[in-house]
Amino acid sequence: MSRVPVAKTCKLYIGGSYPRSESGRSEPIADPAGMVLAHVARASRKDLRDAVEAAAKAVDGWGAATTYLRGQILYRIAEFMESRRDELAEAVRSVEGATAAAARREVDRSIDRMVSFAGWTDKITTVLGGQCSVAGPNYVMATIEPIGVVGSIAPAAPSLLGFVTAMAAPLCAGNTVVVLASERNPLPAVAMSEILGVSDVPNGVVNVLTGGVAEIAPLLASHRQVQALGAIGLEPRLAAAVGEAAAESLKRIRLVDLPAEKSGLEDSERWTSIDAIAPFTEVKTIWHPASIG
Amino acid sequence: MIQPRPDAAPPTDWDLSPAPETVKVRIDPESRLYIDGGFAAAADGRTFETVNPASEQTLSRVADAGSADIDRAVEAARRALRGWSRTPAIERAKYLFRIARRIQDRSRELAVLETLDGGKPIKESRDVDVPLVAQHFFHHAGWCDKLRHAVPGRDPVPVGVCAQVIPWNFPLMMAAWKLAPALACGNTCVLKPAETTPLTAIRLAEIFEEVGLPPGVVNIVTGGPETGRLLVEHGDVDKVAFTGSTEVGKRIAASCAAKRRKVTLELGGKGPHVIFADAAIDQAVEGIVSGIWFNQGQVCCAGSRLLVEERVLEEVIEKLAWRMKSLRVGDPMDKNTDVGAINSRRQLDTIRGYITRGVDEGATLHECGDRPLPDRGFWCRPTFFSGVQPSQTIAREEIFGPVLAVMSFRTPEEAVARANDTAYGLSAGVWTDKGAKALEFARRAKAGVVWCNGFNRFDPTAPFGGFRESGFGREGGAVGLREYLA
Repeated sequence: MSRVPVAKTCKLYIGGSYPRSESGRSEPIADPAGMVLAHVARASRKDLRDAVEAAAKAVDGWGAATTYLRGQILYRIAEFMESRRDELAEAVRSVEGATAAAARREVDRSIDRMVSFAGWTDKITTVLGGQCSVAGPNYVMATIEPIGVVGSIAPAAPSLLGFVTAMAAPLCAGNTVVVLASERNPLPAVAMSEILGVSDVPNGVVNVLTGGVAEIAPLLASHRQVQALGAIGLEPRLAAAVGEAAAESLKRIRLVDLPAEKSGLEDSERWTSIDAIAPFTEVKTIWHPASIG
Repeated sequence: MIQPRPDAAPPTDWDLSPAPETVKVRIDPESRLYIDGGFAAAADGRTFETVNPASEQTLSRVADAGSADIDRAVEAARRALRGWSRTPAIERAKYLFRIARRIQDRSRELAVLETLDGGKPIKESRDVDVPLVAQHFFHHAGWCDKLRHAVPGRDPVPVGVCAQVIPWNFPLMMAAWKLAPALACGNTCVLKPAETTPLTAIRLAEIFEEVGLPPGVVNIVTGGPETGRLLVEHGDVDKVAFTGSTEVGKRIAASCAAKRRKVTLELGGKGPHVIFADAAIDQAVEGIVSGIWFNQGQVCCAGSRLLVEERVLEEVIEKLAWRMKSLRVGDPMDKNTDVGAINSRRQLDTIRGYITRGVDEGATLHECGDRPLPDRGFWCRPTFFSGVQPSQTIAREEIFGPVLAVMSFRTPEEAVARANDTAYGLSAGVWTDKGAKALEFARRAKAGVVWCNGFNRFDPTAPFGGFRESGFGREGGAVGLREYLA
């Protein structure tokens, strides 16, 4: 008799644990031929609240870590992704039906993107902040800080590169994140959750939800503890609704449309520039008199 | 923190047990040059010895690079330039990140080797030098694909082949400060470590090999002053970076000016360290200790001129003398040692000459402790002079040793004037509980680095370098990258 494979139960990633959806919902994920590959948790409003709560708890510690430490922790994610290239590629390929080579290319791009963001942590202040030459005897510094909890919605595709981009931009600035994975193919996000769980990322700093984007995105946008919202490639009507919901609590929002073809996220010059990070930062201007008296 | 109690006798009736660092490190009896991705003896077979300054024992015979070797190294760097500068930035980044990781992996080995070859306390090489070296590579790794953010409005183009000559006081750290930004910007390098401390740079070459850095991207040539001269004056070098004495720096500045060659110089200093009466004196004393006795005072940015507000002068001197007695001088490989060996006999002679001069010119000598020093090796007890006049030699010339000149001032204006009364301008320190005063002092200080209520802090994100005769150019931060971009 042939061996029966041990299929993975794909769960959420919240506060460093892997819970099922409290709603008890799961959904089949099928390959292009319609064959079911896995069942993935479908997050609910309550799961979202739990994820935000976990992220909120982790804000102080992560924000206070040195930028050097944060950089090393992000780089370690890239190291772990590299050693799981095959698994990540398979997660992309099996659902999307991409060629093996195309899937590997996406994985490589995603790892490189992670490396690039790892290098940003201790440079954001250099690039965005600085001293202000005020017209008076004061020493004035514009310092750059994280905002807090960021909700980040990954595009439907590319599933892995989109997830990494959505996660890492707010993360490298010192925010904690709740990432809503691609609904079309959540398997790479599930694989990433497992990488994050064994990496050096503190619990609660990254939380991953899988499920219905149309269901969860507006809830993420209206949650008062979420202080900024990023979304890549949202369907226009949903984007408008999300933007409006976010406005109620004056969230900082970064909604980016993607061109229909998926090459939009491959432009690393654009997606790893400071402009991809700045929306997830606050500027604090510190004034101090200077006088020798 | 230990509270100084000037009235209490220092505890001399007990002692710390030895805590030797026991990690054994491989040291090859012969150290070779690293050129074009391979290790080789000097073309003419010449060598010199590098000794452990704490024991005077020879550690290794080191290849002495001559003009044929320098030619070969520069040619290798030139050949590698095309490939390296066109390597996609994110790929360059991955090499540098990997170098940082391997330095972290091999940090204990590097720290031990640094201490054996240079004489600095293992506590310092382990906790300060090597961690900063890894951080420097890590930080600059991240810049590779972000150079357009460092030089907005410019297309970041590497300068080319860089000739880099570094000193013996922070051998690995200076190598990192030179190599990391140069490589991040896509340059190739020929690095010459100091004659007395070549071993860790050569060990770094092993790490370059491990990570698969393409041949010729970094070449390491060991030798003395003549090797350095041949390198910086080589006809096919695009940029020179030098850290060392002001005297040699001036010669290099002249040679580079004649050749219209890009150059950065990080030279000597005579750092003022100002203590206002409203400072937290106990903390300030700790700052003074770190300022002048860190790395046996062999630090270009050392706080070697102490300027104390007159009404706390007596208190500061008393506390400093008391605190100095608890410093442990001796075996750098002992984890309790605060002050290790002087780097070389030549440097020791220089320092002793200055101490004699200080006494001759009428200043009052205070010397640390009476614990016996090892029989062999180069030792100098931490020392300070009180009653120093600003015109005296020990107040004007860089000693590069654990010798502090203590002077006083009455008003803030006088503090600023005295602090700036030097041809140098590398570092300055100020202690006061008044933030406004500290920042205004910092603004008026003619120095490239000013530490407020602290001293000897370094970070790759924070530019370091001098004003005036302490050189020009900065290392670290975004501005440090400009030095390596055309």
